[in-house]
Amino acid sequence: MDKLLQQIVNGITLGSIYALIALGYTMVYGIIRLINFAHCDIYMIGAYVGYFCMTFLKLGLVPSLLIAMLVCTILGVLIERIAYRPLRNAARISVLITAIGVSLFLEYGTMFFVKANVRTYPEVTGILAQRFKVGNIVISMQQIILVGITILLMALLQFIVKRTRLGKAMRAVSMDRDAAQLMGIDVNSTVSFTFALGSALAGAAGILVGIYYNTINPLMGVVPGLKAFIAAVFGGIGIIPGAMIGGYFIGAVEVMVSGYGGSMFRDAVVFGILILILIIKPSGLLGKNTREKV
Amino acid sequence: MKRLLLIALSVLLVTALFIGCTGPGAGSDDEIRIGVNYELSGGVATYGQSSVDGIELAIKQVNEAGGIDGKKITLIKYDNKSEPQEATTLANKLIEQDKVVAILGPATSGSFMSQIPVAEKAKVPVASGSATADEVTVDESGVKEYAFRICFNDSYQGTGMANYALNNLSKKKAVIIMDNSSDYGKGLAENFEKTFTEGGGTIVAKESFVKGDTDFNAILTSIKSEDFDVIFLPGYYEEAGLIIKQARDLGIDVPILGADGFDSPDLVKLAGEEALNDIYFSNHYSSLDKDPLVVQFIEDFKEEYGREPDAFNALGYDLAMFVVDGLKRAGKVDREALKDALASTEDFAGVTGSFSIDENHNPVKAIVVISLKDGKQHTSEKVSQ
Repeated sequence: MDKLLQQIVNGITLGSIYALIALGYTMVYGIIRLINFAHCDIYMIGAYVGYFCMTFLKLGLVPSLLIAMLVCTILGVLIERIAYRPLRNAARISVLITAIGVSLFLEYGTMFFVKANVRTYPEVTGILAQRFKVGNIVISMQQIILVGITILLMALLQFIVKRTRLGKAMRAVSMDRDAAQLMGIDVNSTVSFTFALGSALAGAAGILVGIYYNTINPLMGVVPGLKAFIAAVFGGIGIIPGAMIGGYFIGAVEVMVSGYGGSMFRDAVVFGILILILIIKPSGLLGKNTREKV
Repeated sequence: MKRLLLIALSVLLVTALFIGCTGPGAGSDDEIRIGVNYELSGGVATYGQSSVDGIELAIKQVNEAGGIDGKKITLIKYDNKSEPQEATTLANKLIEQDKVVAILGPATSGSFMSQIPVAEKAKVPVASGSATADEVTVDESGVKEYAFRICFNDSYQGTGMANYALNNLSKKKAVIIMDNSSDYGKGLAENFEKTFTEGGGTIVAKESFVKGDTDFNAILTSIKSEDFDVIFLPGYYEEAGLIIKQARDLGIDVPILGADGFDSPDLVKLAGEEALNDIYFSNHYSSLDKDPLVVQFIEDFKEEYGREPDAFNALGYDLAMFVVDGLKRAGKVDREALKDALASTEDFAGVTGSFSIDENHNPVKAIVVISLKDGKQHTSEKVSQ
């Protein structure tokens, strides 16, 4: 029983990271029907910005987190402006290939500047290093902070999307871009705003992962990026609550599979889920089946 | 146009042939030429550079003491850029053009193995200080006659650490967490398991991970409920550091054993000082060793380079001394005689321990087990088997 509870704690921690990244995928897909492969590298950049702030500028967690989110926001908007906007009316495959190109550019550009070897975050001290024991279950302060910040950010996102004018514009553009434009919504700035939101979340995930696992490298985004993508597809790509549910689900599956004897099958199971969803319910858990217009 | 090209090509070909013939000869009679084929740039440049520092110190000392029978040693040093292909090309160059009597290096198993066929064909002895893969000196077709190494191999470390757990730490129930994506991890795990179970221990659980993993909480939680008193962790420091940290965070405080893959200053950065207690790993050499030979070496090395020597420095130093020892016993500068002398090495006293060369051209030597306390090397013990 203790073991199961501890595994649930592990699963929630891992799932939070996937959920944060998956949100960016899903929002961008929802609004311009693009799988933004560069998203996972924005997460990586967030981790490096956090590393820079904490190691060289000796900043604390909160300022570093805010700076990482800000830098990632700017980067996300820039990428959209430079790489994707000129292709707004191009075939979807061209945009997809561009996204892969941007992703590789970020990965190997970073590698050029900071070298390929792993970097470690400064050792955490004080409150951050504390651990709590509940019965036989160990929960670290870092886990609590990671999950706490994730939930806070998700609540904030929900609020922005549901309760603000910009959120309303986002929903309108994702429903029907042309109609939204006719209603006087500035589509371009709404898309930029979506990229900004998604990238800020990825940046937050990056620095939280850096603190929690204590290791970062220029290719750290690739595997979590793929898993988060699966999480987004699982929940129904384009649907924000779906990405959160998907993230926690994939995190839990991974932990349970490797926790109960299948550590070598872990990734196979996760990718197997992707295949199953695509066969059984391509629109995802929360997605509605829509008939293709002919 | 075609004819012009043909003429140009022929001219090129003839020149090439000519250059091939007029390479530097065997050198004058009062020098001994030894090839140095190391990774001086590229991915594992630190291994190569460290080894060469050790080699150069050794040769400098030998030459200052008068050389071998009055002949000075000249090192011919090339950079193989950490690429096996380049290592083979350079081996050819060293043998054919520079007419070396033996080649030292490369440092890594892959590059070292790729030059062996060349060496076997030309009958030139080659020796490495740090190629630890099992099949480096011997494979199904038998021992490679001209290839030698002076470091123990991977399976030897696995066996050594199993004995250390059983005899020195008196542990009987082990969990193995291994790197399933490298031959290094798998080889170590296999030999540890074999020796440990034969010695009366039991393997309670076996878990695996692959290179690049960062989250080990799931497997650690699953072993936590098992009854065990030691963990064997064959892998490299990048993942081992994280596993140690996460294990200690979860409250797993049994001793953790590893191999020379732990030997990196990054281990403490990844795991944190607090987590690095009760850690034991095998290595080739420890600067804590109080053997007069080692103390002298550390002193000489500091004087030459202004820093503490690491394991690769020590292995490079021993490698050069090993070949010098062979040359002295051979009595003449001859590749064949040198090979026979190296193969019959008995009780060579090096800074990484004294050893003899066995029939598979591996050294029979003690492994050094280093223990860590608060992230620093605390004790070192020699364990022979």
